[in-house]
Amino acid sequence: MKLVLRYSPWTIFAIAALFFLMPLFSTAEFSFSIRRGVYSLEAYESVFLDPEFAASFGYSLIIAVLTIIFGTIIVVPMAYYVRLRLQWLRHAVEIFVMLPMVVPPIVLVFGYLRLFSSSSVLPLANSSTGASILLICGCTTLSLPYLYRTIDTGLQTIDVQTLTEAADILGARPFATIRLVIFPNILPSVMAGAFLTFAVVMGEFVIASLLTRPAFGTYVQKVGVSKAYEPAALTILSFAITWGALAMMNVMTRFSRRAG
Amino acid sequence: MSGIRAGLASTPYLNSIDGPALLATAPFFIFAIVMMVMPTVALLVTAFVDKQGALTLANFVAIATPEVADAFMASAKISGATAVLGTLFGLILALTVGRGMASQKVKAAVMTFCGVASHFSGIPLAFAFIATLGRLGLVTIVLRNTFGIDIYAAGFDLASFSGLALTYLFFQVPIALTIIMPAIERLSTQTREAAEILGATTTQYWRFVGLPILWPTILGSLALLFANAFGGIATAYALTGTAVNVIPILLYAQIRGDVLHNEQLGAVLALLMVLVMTVAISLYLMLRVHAERWLK
Repeated sequence: MKLVLRYSPWTIFAIAALFFLMPLFSTAEFSFSIRRGVYSLEAYESVFLDPEFAASFGYSLIIAVLTIIFGTIIVVPMAYYVRLRLQWLRHAVEIFVMLPMVVPPIVLVFGYLRLFSSSSVLPLANSSTGASILLICGCTTLSLPYLYRTIDTGLQTIDVQTLTEAADILGARPFATIRLVIFPNILPSVMAGAFLTFAVVMGEFVIASLLTRPAFGTYVQKVGVSKAYEPAALTILSFAITWGALAMMNVMTRFSRRAG
Repeated sequence: MSGIRAGLASTPYLNSIDGPALLATAPFFIFAIVMMVMPTVALLVTAFVDKQGALTLANFVAIATPEVADAFMASAKISGATAVLGTLFGLILALTVGRGMASQKVKAAVMTFCGVASHFSGIPLAFAFIATLGRLGLVTIVLRNTFGIDIYAAGFDLASFSGLALTYLFFQVPIALTIIMPAIERLSTQTREAAEILGATTTQYWRFVGLPILWPTILGSLALLFANAFGGIATAYALTGTAVNVIPILLYAQIRGDVLHNEQLGAVLALLMVLVMTVAISLYLMLRVHAERWLK
C-alpha cells in the first residue's frame, strides 16, 4: 500500500482514468459504427430524424423548465424569510429537504399513484395533464435538495437584512423586495440550482415511466430495447447534456461567489 | 420539546409570521406535505390494512416469501459491495490525487469529472457499459481478439451481479471521492510533519492521526453509497432487465403489472425500502456532523 501510494500515483490515476473514460470512448466509437468499416454520423441522423425523439425531448424540456420555475417560486420566498426572521423554521425545512434522499423516486411515484388514483378526491393520475402535473411535482421533489442548497447558499452571500431594510425604507412591499431586490441578487445561485435540476429532469426515468409520460428518459429506454446503434448515440447525447448542465452550474457558482 | 412549546406559548415565534411571511412560506410547506409526506403516509396506511380496509399486520407476514427475501439479499449485496468498493477506491483515488500527485490542475479536473459522473447514472450509463463490456463491447472484443482473453468464457457477464456492481462503481466512486477529498485536504502536511518530528512512524501516523480524522468520513461515505445504490433502479433495469432481482425492480414490476398480486404487499416493500434508507441516511448525517468537527 505504502509502496503503491508513494511511488506510483500516476499508475493508479491512469487505471482510474481508463475505467472512467473507456465506457465513454467505447460508446462514442460504437455510435459512429452503424456502417460496416467506416465511421459515420448516421446513428445520430437516425435519432434526430425520429419524430418521437423531438417529441420526447421537447416534452422533457418543457417539464424541466416548469419544474425549475415551480421549484424557484416555492423555494426562494421561503428561504428568504427563513434567513430574514423565521430561523426557527430552519430545522423543519432541512428535514423536508432531506426527505427525497430517504424516499426514493420509485416509492414516491407509487405513493402518487395511490394518493391520486381514479378513486381519490383529486384523480390526477387519470388524465395526461394530471399525470404531467404529478411528474412536475415528482421532479420538483427530486431536485429540492439541490435547489434549496444552492439558493440558501446564495442568500448567505448577500446581506439579506440590509437589502430588505433599504427596500423597506424606499417603500417596497415584501413581494416587490423579493422580486426586484433579492431575486436578482441571488440569480446566479438560482441558475446554478436550475442547471442541476435540468440535468436531473432530462435523465429522469422511473417517475415518467410509471406515470406513462412520453419523457426523454422513457424514450431512451425504449430505443435501447429495439435498436443497436441509436442508444449509443443517445447515451453520448445524455452525457453531453449532463456535462453541459454541470459545467454551466460551475460557471454560475463561480459567478455568484464573485458577486458575493 | 418543552422549549418549543414554551416558545409557542409566549408566541415570539408566531408573532414573526405576518401576512407576507405566511404567503411566502406556505407554498413550500403545502407542497412538501401534500406531494412528499402524504404519498408516503398513504403507503404506510396501505401497508397496515387488508383489502377490505381493516387494520392488520398480515401484509408483513405475507411479504416474507423467498422471492422478496432473495430481492432483499440481492439489494443488500449490491449496495454493500459497491459501497465498500466505492469507498475503498474513492479513498485510494483521493489519496492519490490529493496527496500523491500534488497537482491542483489534475485535482480540479478530477473533481469536475466527479460532479458529472456522479449524476451520470440510469439508463445511459447502462448503455455505455454495454458498449464497453457487453458481449459485443469494445473492451470485450479487443481483449478477445488482441489479447486472447475471453472474459465471457471466463464467467463474466455484464447482466449479472459482478457486471452490475462494476457499472454502479462508475457513479459510486466519484460520490465517495467527492466526500473524502475534503477530509484528505484536512490531513494537512503539518499534522504529518508534527507527527514525524515527534518520532512517529508512518504506521503510527495513520493509526493515531490519519485514521481518527478520516474514519467518520469513511463510514459516512459507506452509508451514503449504500443508500444511493439501494434506492436506484434505472441502471439495474436497463442493464439486467429482471436478471438481478433487486428490491426496486421488484417494486417496479409490482406497480406496472401487479407481480405480487397484491397492492398491499407493494406498499410494505416500499416502506421497508424507506426504512433501510432512513437508517443509512441518518447514519450518514450523524457521521457528517462528527467529521465536520475537524473543520475549523
